[in-house]
Amino acid sequence: MAATAEQINELPVLTGAHRESEPHPTNGYKRFEIGSFTFTRDEYFTRIQCPTSTHVMDVENFLRSLMRDVAWGFFYGWVNFDEVFGTVNNYGTVDVFMGAYNQGYKDSGTDFTERFEAGVLLACFRSLLSDWTNAGFDPFAAPLETGSARGPKNGNNDEAVNFQRELAERFVGLPGDSPIRSDENGRPVNRQFADVDQSEPEVHAEPGFEGQLAGFNLFRYLSRSPVTWNPSIVSVVRSSAYCPTSEEHILPVDHGNDRVEWFIQMSDEITWKVADKNTAAPMSVVTMKAGDVACMPADIRHRGFSPKRSMLLVWENLTPGLEKRYADGELPPVPATF
Amino acid sequence: MSVTTVFGSIDSFKKGGVEITGNEDARDYLFSNMFEVAGNAAPWERTVIAKNLENTIECIRAEGDSPWYICNHDETALLMQGSMEVRFIQPADSGLAPPEEKQGSVKLAGQPEGRAMGHVNATRGHLVLLPAGAAYQFRAQELSVILLQTIQGDESVENWAEICQH
Repeated sequence: MAATAEQINELPVLTGAHRESEPHPTNGYKRFEIGSFTFTRDEYFTRIQCPTSTHVMDVENFLRSLMRDVAWGFFYGWVNFDEVFGTVNNYGTVDVFMGAYNQGYKDSGTDFTERFEAGVLLACFRSLLSDWTNAGFDPFAAPLETGSARGPKNGNNDEAVNFQRELAERFVGLPGDSPIRSDENGRPVNRQFADVDQSEPEVHAEPGFEGQLAGFNLFRYLSRSPVTWNPSIVSVVRSSAYCPTSEEHILPVDHGNDRVEWFIQMSDEITWKVADKNTAAPMSVVTMKAGDVACMPADIRHRGFSPKRSMLLVWENLTPGLEKRYADGELPPVPATF
Repeated sequence: MSVTTVFGSIDSFKKGGVEITGNEDARDYLFSNMFEVAGNAAPWERTVIAKNLENTIECIRAEGDSPWYICNHDETALLMQGSMEVRFIQPADSGLAPPEEKQGSVKLAGQPEGRAMGHVNATRGHLVLLPAGAAYQFRAQELSVILLQTIQGDESVENWAEICQH
């Protein structure tokens, strides 16, 4: 029988640490187990097993998805690695699911979900990423910028998989806050943004007001992002957070919203495929060009396609507990009607 | 091979759109284009183009000198087209600052008395902090477009039916 929403809400929280096997005698990769889930990889594929089914994914797609899930701290709401497997952030605990948001699995009763304390799941996923990511493959990079994850185990790329998001507390460049990106702090201009103006605003503070005025070139900042589909935070106005990001190729996951978020396309173009959060049924295609603005309602999942590296401003609301207010129906999934 | 990063402007933008493939309404995406909004707006009008509960992003058509404003919380101004100077004054009259519970910025009757805090010169792509409690004025050196990160207030204008795809 498919799990009901009530049954999922009452899932016990598993706190036991994950288990790792010895390296496979042929391909060199470890097997990882947490709760009832088992993760194995070979030279091409990731195999995920749970009590109700087995799921197979291309290993590069799996690692790109897992990289975002880990780097985002499970993000806001649903991170669907594909139409079958993913995680749901409950903020403190995380659900790992197979087919729980896929109508076919639900209809056949083969969906499966377990709930983990976030820290133990994060430790499992971090260790898996470290073991399965070969030297020369960067799961944060666009495909044209990196090598392959395929083949037998070949070293690691811990520098890439341990990349930390840059999160300003108030405003980039203020004393003690997140720094402006530059060659000197290891952020060269990306090849796809070689034509972006690198000038910074002129900030003239009168004596006594030094450190109170601030400004920086956001386009220059984004032109120097070393990663794709991984928002930073550059300014916070109470609960309003600007989370810009540079995008190239495909967002590796379908992000399922647990709150409203907004996209402001600052350069170039992204096409978003939007589907129902619970069933994965197609809903719309949203094409965004420079200057376009669109809301992503709280009841959808979306995946972006960016043919050239582009600049996207993701705008989030950091108010604690919003996910519950949307889930309970207190807040409508669309923020304005007309 | 050279690359070209495409930005927009009031005189040169291409608009995308929403294509419905399921049982839905394009209006749910509140889809608009900031350059189209600014092109149809009065100077310094603050049109809400994104809203998330009380938080807003407001689009401003910037031409000439703006009124003076003050706000009791931070705001930011992202210049998407053109060039501008932002001037800051610490008001001598502390009563000019809105009360703590007042959200969004408040328009002042004119340039306030007080200490000059400084100014910021910005061009396209520059994000400028408008710190809480500082009176500020934009001076656009050419037709410009500003996105204001703020909270809905007296100056915020909602025109969803006019700006959004439906």
